[in-house]
Amino acid sequence: MSNEFEPTLLAFVCNWCTYTAADLAGTSRMVQQPNLRLVRMMCTGMVDPKYVIKALLSGADGVLVSGCHPGDCHYINGNFKARRRIKLLNEILPQFGIERERVKLTWIGASEGNEFAATVNNFINEIRELGPMEARSMAVI
Amino acid sequence: MAKKIGVYVCHCGSNIQGRVNCKGVADYARGLKDVVVSRDYQFMCSDPGQDMIIKDIREYGLSRVVVASCSPRLHEKTFQKACARAGLNPYLMQHACIREHCSWITTKPAEATAKAMHIVEAAVERVGGHQELFSREVDVLPDVMVVGGGIAGIQASLDIAKSGHKVHLVEKSPSIGGHMAQFDKTFPTLDCAACISTPKMVAVSQEPNINLMTWSEVEDVSGFVGNYTVTVKRKARFINEDICTGCGACLEKCPTTALSEFNEGLSMRKAIFRNSPQAVPNTPVIDGSVCKKITKDKCGLCQKICPTGAIDYHMKDTREVFHVGSIVLATGYATMDPTPMAEYGFGKYDEVYTALQFERLNNAVGPTGGQIVMKNGQSPESVAIIHCVGSRDQNYHEYCSRTCCMYALKYDHLIKDKVGHDTKVYNFYIDMRCFGKGYEEFFKRVQEEGVTFIRGRPSEIVQENGKLVVIGEDTLLSMNVRVPVDMVILCTAMQAQDDMPEVARIFGVAQGQDGFFLEEHPKLGPVSTATDGVFLAGACQGPKDIPDAVAHASGGAAQALALAARGKVSISPTTSWINPDICVGCKVCTKLCPYSAIEFDERRQIAVINEAMCKGCGSCAGYCPSGAAQIKHFNENQIFNEIDGLLGMIPDILVETQAEDQA
Repeated sequence: MSNEFEPTLLAFVCNWCTYTAADLAGTSRMVQQPNLRLVRMMCTGMVDPKYVIKALLSGADGVLVSGCHPGDCHYINGNFKARRRIKLLNEILPQFGIERERVKLTWIGASEGNEFAATVNNFINEIRELGPMEARSMAVI
Repeated sequence: MAKKIGVYVCHCGSNIQGRVNCKGVADYARGLKDVVVSRDYQFMCSDPGQDMIIKDIREYGLSRVVVASCSPRLHEKTFQKACARAGLNPYLMQHACIREHCSWITTKPAEATAKAMHIVEAAVERVGGHQELFSREVDVLPDVMVVGGGIAGIQASLDIAKSGHKVHLVEKSPSIGGHMAQFDKTFPTLDCAACISTPKMVAVSQEPNINLMTWSEVEDVSGFVGNYTVTVKRKARFINEDICTGCGACLEKCPTTALSEFNEGLSMRKAIFRNSPQAVPNTPVIDGSVCKKITKDKCGLCQKICPTGAIDYHMKDTREVFHVGSIVLATGYATMDPTPMAEYGFGKYDEVYTALQFERLNNAVGPTGGQIVMKNGQSPESVAIIHCVGSRDQNYHEYCSRTCCMYALKYDHLIKDKVGHDTKVYNFYIDMRCFGKGYEEFFKRVQEEGVTFIRGRPSEIVQENGKLVVIGEDTLLSMNVRVPVDMVILCTAMQAQDDMPEVARIFGVAQGQDGFFLEEHPKLGPVSTATDGVFLAGACQGPKDIPDAVAHASGGAAQALALAARGKVSISPTTSWINPDICVGCKVCTKLCPYSAIEFDERRQIAVINEAMCKGCGSCAGYCPSGAAQIKHFNENQIFNEIDGLLGMIPDILVETQAEDQA
């Protein structure tokens, strides 16, 4: 893979945990590569798998979904629903020629700014290694 | 009617402008669809900044507003209110964050500017799909629940009760006072802890507005801000509180003993017990796990003795339900058990004490009647006090427990005072942190009393010839030291209570990385939580000394009172809505809803949202196979627009030339 490729990533993050962690990472000036952009959701439980697919088809090379740690969900159990949906989504992605690694689910609590920054940077590096998404150019949706 | 969007890009002084070419972003936004006005300004949150928005809404007839500045968690409400003042529905505003998620974390100006353009474009795309929404106002129930009866819970309860509002104070141990009731003296004034806390404890018991429930625990919380329903489990005390006079005759005769938790395991207590003679309430409690009458139906002595017939061995746990407007959590802290730190020999050597144990040794109603003596009854000739046991330690807790330096100094003084000024006292410290009012002065006073301070954390404690030898290093002298002493006190860390995760789950608050409850904002919201109507007080938010805990508790009380006094609270309209024309009645959502807010209308065969119960979590919208369930303000159309905007194509040439302009 040439080094020319700069991936674009999207993250669906929950307002109460990961978005707050992203704010903290920002306030603490934890440098992150500029390839990832956030979509604020109220809960990962409202992340419909079609949002992830939409992002992948519209030009995102990787999608991060991140919410509260198990047991900490502001809405009791939304993150567990997200876990099930992303798991199922991961099952079908390869059928469309999309690598499983392109969709990642993490738990990042509100106080874990450093964890957020590290996750973002690592994920961007992983997708850069993975290269551009071949499936998008061939998709007939 | 065509949409008219106004875009406002904030410089935030140099916070954003330092990395992002704000003018360039505003110029770029001007070219986006439906944007009629686009400006950049130094401080959008300032009055002139807000006035700019208001003026433009009136002049240009703006129907949508995008503000690109800091995090919406900080200023979204500011700009929503500005829109509302200009007569625009506040939900027609979208707040884009180009500071925390862009300028502050990106090193190259060109990259930061491009990213900011994407973020602004996403907000412009998204805001086009926004709809007018209207907040609901609900009544706030006037009563407040305070959970935890330590000094913070007591302070919060008294503050609220003084205003005339009713307080339900729940405490899980048999009497209130918390850790402060165990202390002997308090730093730096050497006030007797009981002398300053018992007046408050008595005030709680005599306050008609406080419903004190000891030996009780909160089992379940449901509802929302202003309208919480709390179920409290009243554990069986086996003594009728209404009849008992607290005469204490039963305490004399009970033949069964167990280790005293209040005395930190240094002495025994009876199966029927109360923590101290000054306990509030002074009704004893029977420990059902050891009482011979309850476990084996043998004995029954206390019942025979009790002059009022208050003892009832057949008492069962009961449950009471309360309806309150807000909740103050004052569940306090636990001290770390130093047993795992085998190098310090706690539990192995008799004369190694934790700080709380030493506190009880000092206390006039403690196991030794206030005498500082060793297990053999003799006074120690030398004592080592080890700071930071479990605090500031990568293996246990990274944080500083804030109180240990000061109580160690207090012990220094008390040992010199009670045992004699010829007693040698050694402090093994890392740094002395004496930051409070009168603290540094107290440190100086103790130094002048002839206490030895050795800078360095000891590596281990061994026993040689009947003495404990503290082996460590004096980092100021760069020398190894071996200090033989008679007694060692470990200043153990303050840590989150063991049942913190369970309590956090019940009340819907989060825990921070240190295990303590997470406040809304570390600086500007230290008493509120992410859950509206649930406030924090005292050391459950983080380690605190008494003055800090009391001040924090008054803050929590003020927040709860603000809600109660206003009597009304506005509820966010960002709830779910199920389109009756699309819903096929599959009932998937009714089972997914964590709040049972979705009912099935049998006649129309569709699901219907009960807006009063819906919190807008989106569990239904995330799954609805027909797309009928949508969260207002986070609907499919808005999210799709946002994704399109974020992944839009920014002309590279534009970004590069602007970066050169800046450079």
